[in-house]
Order: sequence, then structure tokens, then C-alpha cells
Amino acid sequence: MTSIDSERTITVTVNGVPREATVPVRRLLSDALRHDLGLTGTHVGCEHGVCGACTVVVDGAPVRSCLMLAVQVDGAEVRTVEGLAREDHQGGQVLHPVQEAFRECHALQCGFCTPGFLMTIAAGLEGRDNSVELTEEEVDDMVGGNLCRCTGYANIKKAVHHAAAAMKDDA
Amino acid sequence: MTTKLFGEPVRRREDQRLITGRGRYLDDIGSKALAAAFVRSPHAHARIVSIDVDEALDVEGLVAIYTYEDLTGPMAEPLPVLIPHPQLHAPRTGFPLANGEVNHVGEPVVMVIATDRYVAEDVCDRIVVTYEELPVVVGVDAAREAQHTVHEEIPDNVAARHHQETGDVEPVLAASPRTLSFTQYIERSACMPMEGKGVHARFDPDDGSLRVYTSTQASTSVRAAIAAKLDLSLDKVEVIAPDVGGGFGVKIVHPWPEELLVPMAAIALGHEVKWTEDRREHFIGSAHERQQRQEITVGYDDDGRITALDVHVWHDNGAYTPYGIIVPIVTATQLVGPYAIPVYRVVVESVFTNTVIVTPYRGAGRPQGCYAMERTMDRIADELGLDRSVVRERNLIQPDQFPYDHHLTFQDGRPVIYDSGDYPGLLDKLRALVGWDEAEKLRTEAAERGKLLGVGMALYVEGTGPGPYEGGHVQVLGSGKVLVSTGLTSQGQGHETAFAQIVASELGVPIEDVEVTTGDTRRFGYAVGTFASRAAVMSGNAIALAARGVREKALRIAADVLEASPEDLEIDAGLVQVKGVPGTSIPLRTVAVLSNPLRYAFDEAAKQATQFAKPGDDDKPPVAEGDAPGLEHRDYYSPIRSTFASGAHAAIVEIDPATWEIDVVKYAVVHDCGNVVNPMIVEGQVHGGVAQGVGGALYERMAYDADGQLQNASFMDFLMPYASEVPDIDIDHQQTPSPLNPLGIKGAGEAGVIPGTAALASAIEDAVGRRIASMPISPTELYDLVRSPDSEMTATAGRRAGTGVMA
Repeated sequence: MTSIDSERTITVTVNGVPREATVPVRRLLSDALRHDLGLTGTHVGCEHGVCGACTVVVDGAPVRSCLMLAVQVDGAEVRTVEGLAREDHQGGQVLHPVQEAFRECHALQCGFCTPGFLMTIAAGLEGRDNSVELTEEEVDDMVGGNLCRCTGYANIKKAVHHAAAAMKDDA
Repeated sequence: MTTKLFGEPVRRREDQRLITGRGRYLDDIGSKALAAAFVRSPHAHARIVSIDVDEALDVEGLVAIYTYEDLTGPMAEPLPVLIPHPQLHAPRTGFPLANGEVNHVGEPVVMVIATDRYVAEDVCDRIVVTYEELPVVVGVDAAREAQHTVHEEIPDNVAARHHQETGDVEPVLAASPRTLSFTQYIERSACMPMEGKGVHARFDPDDGSLRVYTSTQASTSVRAAIAAKLDLSLDKVEVIAPDVGGGFGVKIVHPWPEELLVPMAAIALGHEVKWTEDRREHFIGSAHERQQRQEITVGYDDDGRITALDVHVWHDNGAYTPYGIIVPIVTATQLVGPYAIPVYRVVVESVFTNTVIVTPYRGAGRPQGCYAMERTMDRIADELGLDRSVVRERNLIQPDQFPYDHHLTFQDGRPVIYDSGDYPGLLDKLRALVGWDEAEKLRTEAAERGKLLGVGMALYVEGTGPGPYEGGHVQVLGSGKVLVSTGLTSQGQGHETAFAQIVASELGVPIEDVEVTTGDTRRFGYAVGTFASRAAVMSGNAIALAARGVREKALRIAADVLEASPEDLEIDAGLVQVKGVPGTSIPLRTVAVLSNPLRYAFDEAAKQATQFAKPGDDDKPPVAEGDAPGLEHRDYYSPIRSTFASGAHAAIVEIDPATWEIDVVKYAVVHDCGNVVNPMIVEGQVHGGVAQGVGGALYERMAYDADGQLQNASFMDFLMPYASEVPDIDIDHQQTPSPLNPLGIKGAGEAGVIPGTAALASAIEDAVGRRIASMPISPTELYDLVRSPDSEMTATAGRRAGTGVMA
């Protein structure tokens, strides 16, 4: 067995749940999430870090999981699209404001790029003071690094404003 | 709880799963599957001398290696020519795995099956294929000149010569007060859905059944192709399109080699197998579109009215012609747009090149046709010194001329007869929306800021909803749930929502009770596919007819129970009631139970339909003659011909003469797709189409070098628009319902993309005063064009120079 095939066991907290996985050292984080941990909500669009579909949040920062090796998140906290909504008291699901906004504003069509946008925007909005009015520049910054082939982005930008307004009300 | 939802911006029902990560795309299926990977040709044109797998055999995890030698029976034959045509005189298709020769970079040569994709690719890396390189043909001009051939036995590289004419064009041209001729080019782009293709297959050796999931736009036809190629009975094959991450045309082509090879391997190995296309594979192993050389001669009078149009197009079809000459036909027939052209002749020569195949990409030949026609309008206006919108206006088909027969034959083999429209209305709305009459003022203001401003427009008519047919099935269950299915597939268009709206409206049930399934051959076996803006027109109407059938049956059964006449009944909110008599009603779910006379009461509701529940008429059978048990109906919609949507786009560009960066500062769309099922979804389609139109006009091109190597086969180098490249879009609507179908709708899927290249070429030309005859155009190309001594100044620019206005 060559070194590239050697395996490591990693421990990672995914969406608040400690998980353990034994993965080849060359396994991409995107593949480990999807195929080793069964979290297929994270999508792979290009595998070279350009499209952003595979974006997840690692220790609070959005990263492209196709540009990271699974072994690099040993000990880290990872949040994926499956962890965006929270459970309510009755065991139901309360959508994240960004998820609500995407549905309300028709910000998705095929939905393949959507998890990457949701994670990037959620991290962006959660990382700012939402009592302050969102600027167009901030919106451009949050959506500007991800590719979508369906929507033409107009409704995605609208959704960012919509989500920010909701989070402002909650703030 | 609303049931009259046709025309409402209902929020999408598919979104809940897609925004929570619970969508089920191809690669989300089959976690235990073996993985397929392919050795693909690194050469654009070569003979395969040998394939050596020795080095690969000791890779741990290797399961199987397949080459052409392993293919038997129909699999060893060429892939089908999907749409044969008498004028496609030299069709060629590849083999599932290359048979001795490769004709483009990316053609599959070897399939490897291994325990996972990483291992499969390790194996691919160790397989040595030896090639003898052959001369390469790249680009439409090289193909036309035919110094080298793609297929040895086709010396002129011409696959098809498509020819249509509506009269004798030459004498009319000769007698025309004025004529002009020009040649222009349009480049290759591609659909580039965010999800590539993919196939998952599992075979049950005990019952001989095969289930295939594929990211396709045509599951019923994939099913038929798999059955034919793998010698299986159709009833043993199920094909399902799961959630599909965009299509835009590329996934209508089938069977892709992988759609046959993956099931073949699953059967042979007795294990589920999956292949997920990666991005580089999608660039070099799928399909592109759009490259054409267009030679145009137009005759016209001093008012700018066209007398005759003569067009010769050279169309690059890539290495093979699996999709026939659909794109050439669409270009040829949709070129005439909203205009009355007295005499028209078009010849499209479809030529082979050693590049990826060319098959429909959203618009499917229409953007090229629109580019030809609209740039012709611009040239006429320029020659005559007339406003470009005025020249267009003078040539428009008038509202009282419908149905308007162009005397052409469309891609469905049916006549091009426009059903309805109001083209002057579109143009008026467009001029108002973009501020056409303010353009000179804006130009002057921009010039004061040191910028070059230009405005352009383009109009189009789009044949949508071609046949032959689609079907719909609607079934009301005893629970009150309404199951709806249609065979065509979805790739993000919101069919679940739109079709549910139609059923809720037609049947009078809450939309929450309606469940829609598309693209699953287990549910609906007869279908054509999702292409040509046809889903709402075809399946929408089929489903409406099916719902009407259910409604009729429900009223008949309810009338019996309520002792009323069916004409006196209505269905509202899932309740069948006597009009104007509150309380005299029966739930639709109960009607569903009663529609199926039972012996066995399998649940509480079923008791009502059992044989001792109520006295029956001893002289009548429980199921009447000609009737069938169950509250369900299946129906089909098969139109006599396509319906024709239309629209008009205008763009204002601002160009920085220091960097030649082209900034689209305003983009206006007026759109007419007849009656609208869901305006939110239609607007979304327009947004997405415009983004692809802008991308195709300013950023995207397939950069092949002379050796046939695609130089930009990644998202790093192929410039698909991000949010920063897509302008804000102003939209205005017009609705001229189609008289051809029960719902009065026309298709909307492709509209947004069609006029982008034409409108932006017009705007850029207007801004810089130099003739734009090749699209897309980058800042560098624009800079080179403006500096080139060979570039042609427009007459308009000359006139402006004469008046001192900056060109």
C-alpha cells in the first residue's frame, strides 16, 4: 500500500454531532462528507474551487470543501446545509432565515448550487451586526464567488436582503 | 386554502427539500455502488494502435476494465442517430467505446470499474493507449475548406445540406432597389449545468429487472435505448430522472455512452455501478453549441422594407451527429423572427470537426438565427440612416395577420405557422422600457464622462411546445391525495409546482393535496422529453385534460349519490357540492372511494365501497360498461404544430475606452408566452436565460487550439457569469394566448437567452461605431477591432462624426 492510500481516523463535529470516520489521506472533504458521512446535501460542481457549490462552514468560516482534505478537519467543527435549519420544540424544523428567503424569493431553480450559496450567505449574515442596514456591496460580496447557471442571480441577491431583514428583526 | 391557482406566483413545492439538503441528485444515489471512470482520448483525431492494461491490473480495488473488444451485439454497433432526416445525407455517430478511431478529445476509449472513484481513476492513469495521430479539423472554416477530413469517407466534411425556400429569391434580389451582403460568425458555448451528467444502475438477477437513474431530460427514451442496446425486454427496464441539477439541452441527448455502459457493467458484475461526470469530463465529453458562419444577402427598399433574404449558414456539428440536424433546422426556420419576409432562401451546411458534438443548448439554433436576422436589420438601418427600431417596425408581421404562414417546415416536421402574437406591441413596450428615444441624450452624457455608450435591440419569435405529444395521469385517492404524473423530466423549472397549480385549478382541490411526479417511467411510460420550451405547453395541457377527465367522472359519481344532475355540481376545496345548495355535498375523497367497488374493506373509508354497504341496482354491473374502477384519468396532448412565443430585448452598454471593458448598464426584456401558469417561475426563467445570453455574448467561448485541444476546460478558464457579470433586468409582459391549446399557453424556457448576442452586438457596434461581425466579443478583441485598420466604420458613426458627436 503506497502512502497515498494510507488511512487516518478523524474526529470531527458535524452539525453539532461528533462523528468519526476512517478515510484515505487523499480523500477530499467534500467526498468525505458526502460518501463517508452520508451528508449529500453538499454538492460538487467543479472540484477545482471555482463554483462554490461545495461550500461548508469550517470553524465559522465558509470554505470550499473540494479544496480541503478530510484529514484537515480532524478536531474541527463543520456545518453543512443539513445543519442550517434547527429543530423546534415539537421535533419539527425551523428553517434558517436564509433558507426561508431563498424559497420566498425564488432564489433557486435546479437547486444544485443552492447549498453552497446558503452556507456562504448564512456565514456572511451571521458574521455581521444585523442591526446595521445591509449594503449592496455586502450582498455582492456574499453572492459574488459562487456560480449559478439557472437564476441569473437577481433573486439570490433579493433573498440576501430578505434574510438580512428577517435577521435584523430577530436581532 | 386556494384552489384557483392558475396564474398565481405560488411558491415552489420542490424548494423545501432542495434548501435543506434533502434533494436527491444522481450522485446522492447508490452509496454502495462500484464506481466507473473513463480513459478518454487525449487526441482530437487518431487511430488507436493498442490498449495496454497490464500496469493497471494490480491496483487494489480494480473490478473490471472494458474496451470496444468487450462490447457485443447492438452495443458493438454505432450509437443511434436519434433524429434522422432526409437531408442528413452523411450521419455519423460514435461507439459506446471508441472502435479503432477517435474523433475528438474526450471520446471514451476504456471504462474502468473499481471500488471507488479514486481507485478507478488510479487504474485509468495506468492504462496505456497508443495512438497514431491524424490531421485535425477545428472550426467551421477549416471544415468548409476540407483540406483534411474528420471522417475519411466524407471528403467535404458535410453531414447535411439543409435547404428551404419560400420562392425564387434570385430574381427578387436582382429587382430589389437595394441589396447588401455580409458574413458574420458566432462562437461555441455550452449548457454547463452545475450538475454534470451521471448514471446509476442496479440489476436484480433474480427477476431480471434493471433500474437506472440518470441525470437526463428524456427518461422514457433512455429506457427504450437501454432495452434495445442491451437486448432487454422493455418491461424489465425502469429509468428515473431524479433531481437534476440543470440541463439546458445537453441532457436531452441520449443514450450517452455512459447511459449504456454503466447498466451493461451492472448486469455483468451483478453489482450496482455509478458514474458521476466530473467538470473536465463535461467540458470534453458532453456537448457544445452555437458555432456558425453566416453569409447573408438581403434585398430591401428605400424605406427599409425587406424584399428578399438569402442566407447560407455553415454550421459546426462537431465530430458526430447523434441529434441529427435539429439545430440547423431551428436556425433556418426561426431566423425570420417576427418579420414578414416576402421571399426567403436558406441553406445550412452542417459540417464535421474534430471537436465535441454540437447538440441543443437553450435556444438550440435560435440565438444564431436571431443574430443573423437582427444584425441584418441593423445593417439596413445603418445603410439608410434610419432608426433601427423603425426599420424593424416596418417589417413586422401585424396583429391582424395571424395565423401567419411562413411556408417553412419546422423542427417537428410541421409548418411554421405563427398562432398568435402582437409584435408591434412588443416593440412599443420595449422602446418605452429601455428608453430608446433617450439614447442620444445618454450617449452625450456618457461621452462627457469619457465613456462610449451604445444601445441595441433584438426581437425574436420562438417556436415552443413541439409535439409529437406528452401525457398526464391524474388519480384521486381515498385519502383525498391527488397523484399526478407525466413522463417528461424536470431540471429545475418548477414543474412540480406549475403542474400542481394546473390540477388544483382544474379539479378544485387544495394544492397541498396534489403530488406531482415527473420523469419516472414506473409512473408514466410514454413521453418525449423536456426541450424546446415544451413542458408547460405539452405536459401542462395533457395534465389539464387528464384533470378534466377526473372531474367529469367525479361529477358523474357524485351526481348519483347526491341525486343531482352533474351539470348542477361543482368542486371546490375538495368538496363536490350542488351549486347554490350549501350542505348538499360529498368530499372528493369519498367519490374516489365509491369509484372503486370493493369486496374487501382494507381500511375504514373503504367500507363505504364494499358490496353490502348500500343496495345496488341488480340490473347493472358494479362497474358500468365502458367505465373503469378508480377516480383517475390518463390523457394526452398532441398539437397539430408548435405554438410561437415572442419577445424583444434591448441593452444599453457603456464602454471604457481605456480598458475596453463592456458594461451592460441596462437590460430590458418584453416577453410574451401567452397565458402564464406561474409568473414567478416565468420571470425566473427569463432572468436565467438573460444571464446565459449575456454570458454567450461577452464571456463564454470554447477555446479550441489548432490541435483540437480545448484550452479552457475548467470553470477557472471558461468564463461563466458570476453575479457581477449579470446586469439588472427590467421586464415587461404581454400576453397573447395561444389558440392552439386548452390552456392558451406558450413556452418560456429558452426565451431569455435568444436575443442576447444580437442585442449586445448591436449595442456595442452602436457605442464604438465599428462593425461587429463576430461574437462573443471580449474587451481585448474589441480593443483589437477598434485599432485594426481593417475594421469597418459604420455609416452611422460616419454621420455622427460629421455632426461632431463622439462615435
